[in-house]
Amino acid sequence: MLFKLSVSNIRRSLRDYAVYFFTLLIGVSVFYVFNAIGGQAAMLRVSESRNDIIELLKTTLSGVSVFVAGVLGLLIVYASRFLMKRRSKEFALYMTLGMSKGNISAILLLETLMIGIGSLFVGLLIGIGLSQLMSALVANLFEADMSAYKFSVSAEAIGKTILYFAVMYLVVMIFNSVVVTRMKLINLLQSGRRSEQIRLKNPVLCVVVFLLAAAMLGFAYYNVGWNYPHLNNKTMALYICMGAAATFFIFWSVSGMILRVMMSAKNLYHRGLNVFTVRQISSKVNTTVFSMTVICLMLFVTICTLSSAFSIRNSMNANLKEFCPVDCEIEYRQYTEEMYGDTTYKDITELYAEQGHDLTADFSEYVHFHNYCDHEFTFGSFLGSQLDKFMESYRFIEYQTPMNLVRLSDYNKLAALYGKEQFEMADNEFILLCDFRSMKEATDSILSEGYPINVCGTTLYSHYAECQEGFIDISSQRINTGIFIIPDSAAEEKYAAADYIIGNYKEQGSKEYESIIREVSLEVGEQDELCRLDINTKIDIADASVGLGALVTFLGLYIGLVFLIACGAILALKELSESADSAGRYEMLRRIGADENELSLSLFRQTGVFFLLPLLLAIVHSVFGMRFSAYILEAMGTEKMWISVFGASLLILVIYGGYFLITYFCSRGIIKERR
Amino acid sequence: MELLSIQQIEKYYGSRSSLTKAIDDISFSVQQGEFVAIMGASGSGKTTLLNCISTIDRVTAGHIFLENTDITTLKGKALNQFRREKLGFIFQEFNLLDTLTAYENISLALSIQKKPAKEIDEAVKTVAEQLGITEVLQKYPYQMSGGQKQRVASARAIVTKPKLVLADEPTGALDSKAAKMLLERFRYLNQECGATIMMVTHDSFTASYAGRVIFIKDGKIFHEISRGTDSRKQFFDKIIDVVTLLGGDMSDAL
Repeated sequence: MLFKLSVSNIRRSLRDYAVYFFTLLIGVSVFYVFNAIGGQAAMLRVSESRNDIIELLKTTLSGVSVFVAGVLGLLIVYASRFLMKRRSKEFALYMTLGMSKGNISAILLLETLMIGIGSLFVGLLIGIGLSQLMSALVANLFEADMSAYKFSVSAEAIGKTILYFAVMYLVVMIFNSVVVTRMKLINLLQSGRRSEQIRLKNPVLCVVVFLLAAAMLGFAYYNVGWNYPHLNNKTMALYICMGAAATFFIFWSVSGMILRVMMSAKNLYHRGLNVFTVRQISSKVNTTVFSMTVICLMLFVTICTLSSAFSIRNSMNANLKEFCPVDCEIEYRQYTEEMYGDTTYKDITELYAEQGHDLTADFSEYVHFHNYCDHEFTFGSFLGSQLDKFMESYRFIEYQTPMNLVRLSDYNKLAALYGKEQFEMADNEFILLCDFRSMKEATDSILSEGYPINVCGTTLYSHYAECQEGFIDISSQRINTGIFIIPDSAAEEKYAAADYIIGNYKEQGSKEYESIIREVSLEVGEQDELCRLDINTKIDIADASVGLGALVTFLGLYIGLVFLIACGAILALKELSESADSAGRYEMLRRIGADENELSLSLFRQTGVFFLLPLLLAIVHSVFGMRFSAYILEAMGTEKMWISVFGASLLILVIYGGYFLITYFCSRGIIKERR
Repeated sequence: MELLSIQQIEKYYGSRSSLTKAIDDISFSVQQGEFVAIMGASGSGKTTLLNCISTIDRVTAGHIFLENTDITTLKGKALNQFRREKLGFIFQEFNLLDTLTAYENISLALSIQKKPAKEIDEAVKTVAEQLGITEVLQKYPYQMSGGQKQRVASARAIVTKPKLVLADEPTGALDSKAAKMLLERFRYLNQECGATIMMVTHDSFTASYAGRVIFIKDGKIFHEISRGTDSRKQFFDKIIDVVTLLGGDMSDAL
């Protein structure tokens, strides 16, 4: 008997709260898909260094899964509590018929059990399907060969999904039983009689609160978006809290103002169903200020994570082309007394020749040069009187390390190899090369002063009033904080510091040459404890950046998707229950002759505003938050940020918009004439 | 002048095997400016009759004419237009929108008809005066008494100047004092403003305010009496007599 009741209950809720079950399914399948990624990536044929990153990816994703499970768990508990409230009348009927609380608990237990098993089963099926699509993305991110790929099911991921969701459903069951034992018949019976108090907020207070909140938000925006060099963890947390509080107050005051503003526009207010629509919206926003705030903040996090994730991935590929134009860079330093002390210069080709290897034969084209150092010329001495001011804003810079110096002729050869612009300057001039943005801004202000520098016993003036874009070491991003190009005449041999060979292999990108060079280098390195031979190759840099890109993309997608689902589900449930409560109102409007189209339009507007309001504020937040993340991601390159923002918006539009449409159509079904 | 003409309407519920005749061949007509009450026990078909006239429900057979329009043939938009322009409704449960003030509840009926805001304001104030609810216009339904709510609902029903006002047990949820006050207002609207009112009730006291009472039993017209020149008290006694004749469960509604 109880079983029969449970089944019919589920069937009925399936119709009215399809969104909830839909969300459960997505939750289960997303959880599976991301936990299965590790296994899928392992199946791909990738290089050794990428395997390490796949291991890292696996551990990170499973760590994040705990957090995601927490979010989904909260969502499920929230939703089930919500559905329980809506069923008060039904429970009251059971109790008046003499059913014990134990029996009611048993019904709920059965329901949760069936929903749990059902959603896990269907969700896993969907998840397994989706994960096949996902593997194409995995392969694409790791630039791996897909030909060896076959249909895969990860038993580990299935087990994990079942375990996590079983725990969540268990929590829901316990929670439901607690609620049932606390139920009182009188409260249940009266639950339908909602005499909602409509209190108009004081309009002056609303405006004042709104202005204060806006000012608070502006202050936080300014500090995070423009004043970021002065941020530390503590002030950051403060600004985040300020932003969150301001968000709450903005919703609070806006809910009061919408009505006032609309009421003052008499002609508009009294047109068609506008009175009704505006009142509905204002009462909805009024009663959901807190949830709106939470949803807005979650959407904000979602937008930022998704765009940053896409952006890192995009810019990494672009950066690789730009900042790593050649195959290989070999750097050799010979220290005289201790590590990191003075260095002397030794020729790399000679070192290889000692091992019986002709290094130059490996390269089709290369530049062989050395750089110079003057111990008197450090970043600190370059800054001169401005040093103190600098140390305040940039604490992470080593001010006492000698600056890196390069001869003009060497740089021009390198520039030719890199396909970059070559420089010309007089014999008493220098050029500062830098591509790390915030550093460039800072040093530009020094250069514009026009002070001379003292290097290797020569006084030099800056050829340009600002830093020039450029780098010497190949890398995956903008990391050159400053290299001085000095005239050949100024660079005496005694200042020589390290030897460099930078060039392309005979066969571009060839792994064969790479392994030969590495093998020999090991022997070179063993010669002397006081030497350092660094080999930096395009293949290594690409592997590292691809791996990092993939990691960030997956994490961003994972967290972003789950947050998005949670937001959509909460809004949808609220709106649906609101529609169920308002069904009578629509019936009444129909009786006094309102057209079905007008009613649908009114419902559409209500649902639209309900979904749009938190999204709008979240977008405003994101515009400013993004300024900050652009600053953080500076080194990664942010050239293609807008493409990523577009990609993220598209994803949000599809999922959030999907929830909106489902909600709208379900609501329309609820308020439809029942004959 | 004949406003409403009901011709041999029938309304069946259920399937062929278990047919219920809620209305079984009813015909009558209502003159312009009349105040008609329809009485009957629960299940006699009086609410079904009202629903058919108000186009909320459809008849199985027969025709209903309002000002020479056969409303049984109306559909979709024309039906909605007919409802909002020709009819006014008053329900037992008031059916006010709880999120709107009294003023907005009344004005909504006009704004659905796309009347300009200025005209709306005048109309609402006039009708509020007629029903004695001027001082509660800015209040919400939860701040009003039952009688006030029902008068606001009545104001909403007549503010559009409908051809016919349909009231379904308007005093059903009111105490006797509030009921009396509402009925006084109905009579005022009928006699002074020329509103045509058709009211369904099972309460003889309520019915005694009407000019004519039609009794229904088992989906058929059982009897019909007019007030003529009688006082309300005399008319009430006549109604009681018929109710006694009707017998059964009608007698406990006295």
